[in-house]
Amino acid sequence: MTTTTSSMESEIYSSTSEDETHALAAHFASRLKKGDIVTLSGELGAGKTEFVRGICSYFDVEDIVSSPTFSIINVYTGRLRSGEPVRIVHVDLYRLKTKHELKTIGLEEWLALPDAIKLIEWPEKANGCLSRQHYHVEIRTLPGMDDRRQICIGAVGAACLGHAQK
Amino acid sequence: MEYCILAIETSCDETAAAVIAERKVLSNVIASQQEHHCWGGIVPEIASRAHLERIWFIAEQALEDAGIELDQLDAVACTVQPGLAGSLFVGANFAKGLALGLRRACVPVHHLEGHILSGFLADPALELPAVVLVASGGHTLLVLLESVAQYRLLGSTRDDAAGEAFDKIATLLGLGYPGGPALEQLAQSGTPDIPLPRPLLSDPRFEFSFSGLKTAVRRYLAEHPPQSDADRARIAASAQAAIVEVLVAKTLRAADAFGARSIVLAGGVAANQMLQHSMRTRALRRSVRVIVPERQYVLDNAAMIGLVAHIKLELRGTDAYRTLTFSIDPTPWRMHRHGSNKHARYEDATFSL
Repeated sequence: MTTTTSSMESEIYSSTSEDETHALAAHFASRLKKGDIVTLSGELGAGKTEFVRGICSYFDVEDIVSSPTFSIINVYTGRLRSGEPVRIVHVDLYRLKTKHELKTIGLEEWLALPDAIKLIEWPEKANGCLSRQHYHVEIRTLPGMDDRRQICIGAVGAACLGHAQK
Repeated sequence: MEYCILAIETSCDETAAAVIAERKVLSNVIASQQEHHCWGGIVPEIASRAHLERIWFIAEQALEDAGIELDQLDAVACTVQPGLAGSLFVGANFAKGLALGLRRACVPVHHLEGHILSGFLADPALELPAVVLVASGGHTLLVLLESVAQYRLLGSTRDDAAGEAFDKIATLLGLGYPGGPALEQLAQSGTPDIPLPRPLLSDPRFEFSFSGLKTAVRRYLAEHPPQSDADRARIAASAQAAIVEVLVAKTLRAADAFGARSIVLAGGVAANQMLQHSMRTRALRRSVRVIVPERQYVLDNAAMIGLVAHIKLELRGTDAYRTLTFSIDPTPWRMHRHGSNKHARYEDATFSL
């Protein structure tokens, strides 16, 4: 597993099933630490929530991880490998239309939480407002390739994320 | 005991108020936030602001329709869980303030308990046990209503809600918001002959999953781009048939498993004609009655919140609800998985009002 996370590089994986996406996400999660932000892009049905589910399973989240499209923000409690509890904030910006609405859902306050891991679906809706350093996961569907997905993981901002900081 | 209650519901995009007395609905006012249609979804900021602008007007309208003065109220009730935080705050703070000013009790109510008990609004003599299907844009759950004050969660969705599947598939088909009714209308002119998955249909548990169906429709559209309205209608009809078949099959299976006397449909998806028709047709062969409350009680409304509050007051009296220290909670219930797999544990999911 590559640990370099400079802003331009990105790692590319391919997945042929939901289970594989889940496993890839769990593997990716091993580099996350408290305070980290992950944004997830991909069209409807690409598998963003499945990826979030994989991350949550790595942190032993016991709650059912379902779509937060209706509730906008779901918060789960998980555990780090050390056994220390960690909050996972799962945000879905799909329904949002204006930047002003980001304020009213308190996105900035959620993102600033130092002791939680934040996973954001549909970051495009926050267009330009996600200035903090974060990982970006892009799930691409391939035409005519059924369940095959290309998953690109990169870091946006600076190289002080995950392992790089340790 | 009989109580007169003003109930407030603001958990999502409806500002609603109702007056309930002796478990009967005296008035039921709903101000649908129509401006959302041009936004393409439930917009939280607009929702909470619109609630704030409308709540006094809606509450006064409910009192006027009921012919009740403020000082005749025994209690105020409000939805506190689950929903959009900002929206819940508006309703809960309004109710607390009014209760404080009137020196009355204030009863916090779980929105989903409102849907679960809405069968009593359609039939006060609802025969129990009843299996309740709550299916809306935000929720999909099967509940066993064992007594008027006790119910058991049998299962919910692992991913998308049934109404969310309608809405998102409608988006894929280029239909407007709200997508569900538009999809239903389009489906009427199509033949449901495209093979789409029935997620978890053969799974014996009472859980749902609609995310894969959405993905299947997306894939079908990529491979067979619709050339005409007829093509789109076929896809809409096929998607609707898939969603309805899973909802009906699981509900009937639960009714059989628990010897239900009644089946109640609640939530926005319960307004779907194909769901109602299919459920009724397939229940005919069993000795179980299918209850679909009036449309105004199926969609989000305050009457169901008032009913739950009334039952709570019957159980505990007004003195149990004098403190205003309760808070709102955007989450529904905490569900737990079996070990490392995806399946929820529901065995101990019995709740009392």
